[in-house]
Amino acid sequence: MDFDLSEEQRLLKESIDGLLTDSYDFEARKKYQKEKGGWSKAVWGKLAEQGLLGLPFAEADGGFGAGAVETMIVMEALGKALVLEPYLATVVIGGGFLRHGGSTEQKAAHIPGIIDGSKTFAFAQLEKNSRYDLADVSTTAKKKGSGWVIDGEKFVVLNGENADTLIVTARTKGGRRDRAGIGAFIVPADAKGVTRKGYPTQDGLHAADITFTGVEVGSDAAIGDPENGLPLIERVVDEARTAMCAEAVGAMDESLKTTVEYLKTRKQFGVPIGSFQTLQHRAADMFVALEQARSMSMFATMAADFDDAKERATAVAAAKVQIGKSGKFIGQQSIQLHGGIGMTQEAKIGHYFKRLTMIENTFGDTDYHLRRVAEGGLV
Amino acid sequence: MDLAFSKEEIAFREEVRAFFRDNVPPETRRKMVEGRHLSKEEMITWWRILNKKGWGVSHWPKEYGGTVWSSVQHYIFNEELQMHPAPAPLAFGVSMVGPVIYTFGNEAQKKYYLPRIANVDDWWCQGFSEPGSGSDLASLKTKAERKGDKYIINGQKTWTTLAQHADMIFCLCRTDTTAKKQMGISFIVFSMKSKGVTVRPIETIDGGHEVNEVFFDDVEVPVENLIGEENKGWDYAKFLLGNERTGIARVGVSKERLRRIKELASKVEQNGKPVIEDQGFREKLAACEIELKALELTQLRVVADEGKHGKGKPNPASSVLKIKGSEIQQTTTELLMEVIGPFAAPYDEHGDDGSNEAMDWTAQIAPSYFNNRKVSIYGGSNEIQRNIITKAVLGL
Repeated sequence: MDFDLSEEQRLLKESIDGLLTDSYDFEARKKYQKEKGGWSKAVWGKLAEQGLLGLPFAEADGGFGAGAVETMIVMEALGKALVLEPYLATVVIGGGFLRHGGSTEQKAAHIPGIIDGSKTFAFAQLEKNSRYDLADVSTTAKKKGSGWVIDGEKFVVLNGENADTLIVTARTKGGRRDRAGIGAFIVPADAKGVTRKGYPTQDGLHAADITFTGVEVGSDAAIGDPENGLPLIERVVDEARTAMCAEAVGAMDESLKTTVEYLKTRKQFGVPIGSFQTLQHRAADMFVALEQARSMSMFATMAADFDDAKERATAVAAAKVQIGKSGKFIGQQSIQLHGGIGMTQEAKIGHYFKRLTMIENTFGDTDYHLRRVAEGGLV
Repeated sequence: MDLAFSKEEIAFREEVRAFFRDNVPPETRRKMVEGRHLSKEEMITWWRILNKKGWGVSHWPKEYGGTVWSSVQHYIFNEELQMHPAPAPLAFGVSMVGPVIYTFGNEAQKKYYLPRIANVDDWWCQGFSEPGSGSDLASLKTKAERKGDKYIINGQKTWTTLAQHADMIFCLCRTDTTAKKQMGISFIVFSMKSKGVTVRPIETIDGGHEVNEVFFDDVEVPVENLIGEENKGWDYAKFLLGNERTGIARVGVSKERLRRIKELASKVEQNGKPVIEDQGFREKLAACEIELKALELTQLRVVADEGKHGKGKPNPASSVLKIKGSEIQQTTTELLMEVIGPFAAPYDEHGDDGSNEAMDWTAQIAPSYFNNRKVSIYGGSNEIQRNIITKAVLGL
């Protein structure tokens, strides 16, 4: 049992923290947000230069063969700086599908573009009525010759507006909520029949609603088994949830730091407001919530190595519950302790609150995951 | 970063588990499971079994009878003990006064007291809190006046846990009334059988008798019973309370209670099916399990940190363990109440001396719920823990 980072992991942390300290303060973030697509190509290029986009890929595929802990380190740093660039959508999710389900040809075709920063991905999964159920898929992929024809509508696809490549979940057989008969397909974003309606999200990222109308792709578009792709999808989504837990811990950590700093400097009644015990104890409770969240983020991260798939999934669900609760508490109380200034777009604290709020509602909210744990049992 | 225990640690866990299985008297275990009080004899019997094995004062230095276990091994030992469940070694002797004596005491004191503490030849109690000095402990008034080769002690202590069993007390007494309040306190130990010591029981809301008031009327104590230096007692008290906090998460206790909740919830019916099948109840149970898992990991992080970087100063993150640990213990007793519902009501007038077996399966659940309100109060109340986090961690 060991919670320390290895020497290499410590260097990785220093390197990403350093990069973001130099290039990602709150003012810089505002500028990046105004760039085309809503994020900075230059920052993305720097992430590529430092090898961060290639971290989790096997060395044989041009990557560094890093594991879940390295992703946790990166995501936590991205969360601290409220990074807008599509690391989650591209490296964690797109990369996850390729790593766990991709054929040799698919890996060769797509991984180099991720690693060198020239291509980004998006995961088209959510449907109008599917909510958090990954098996609830109405979009269809029908066999045509040796390839597939995809029809359906996907919503709130993160980075969907900008991505070069989409990974689309679609039903190849069975009824709407059947676990069997779901596949994951690689679809070029500029394929004929793909219509994207992009928009900014509440937390300053960008997403799109995407319609697929008779979109034809080749036989090489299916990642893994097109008739039984759900286990692959669940695995990748669990990794995305784990990554988001780490991102949330970074955001919570920075929220608490910012709030404590404010308590020390803001004066009322002639004294720093941090001298009031009511506010001190609120901040102490935020610290407790943060440490519990950090523990569960680590737990989900280390669960990536569990042999038992069910245990792994339960660990991730439990972490998502803790992160949801802690994130809501820390987010809301950060605003409260900042008072009026916390309500303004100008102060950065509200932006952490918004990102934490959106993380809670992505890939299953607190109630959804609590129910999963209640059904499975943890201890 | 690696969550798994090593092969050696797993073998150690098996060894500890097997020892508890073969050596904890079954009646002692049954009473622990049901949340009953144990008799003094039952506790001492078990602690002597533990001491004979060499595990009675496991965290003490080897030269005083301790082990050379790692932080992780200590963690495993405590968790297995709590989950078995079996009584933890008497904290007042083993975790509190013992370390003060081997750290600050003289050779004669070490030689005399330490083996007696380890074998529970003396039952120790703690004379800290007073009626006017709870969270503000340093305001204590019990006075020890030096007269020749004796201290004359006058005053009152309260919340003295199991003083009715005690042979010895370690006591914070004011030896200099002119000094600033933390500066004039001394750490003095003496026999509870001394002339002028009176113990009066306090009945708590669960109907139990765990705590007492202790009165001192001109109690004569030889000066060699002073531990360390005169007027330095506050430093020793802080040292002692720092030791108290790390073990206070009680993850094993809560795990064992969750096991019992599930066991009872599978038997008790609601709407024609076991309570355990009720969706709302399951979600509450899951929420508690998740909190506990997070706490376990937080505890392991503190343990691993101690193992790597030495114990040194108490980790202020241990206040998180106290706050969350006590909240979770309280939640588990609430869940037990919820499981038995209306059967929580009958009150066993005979107490839990075991004379009324008919009420056995529910009798202690409400008292345990009432009694567990104490866990967020003692050992530095949860509000005091928040003060510690505020100052030591957040720097406010």
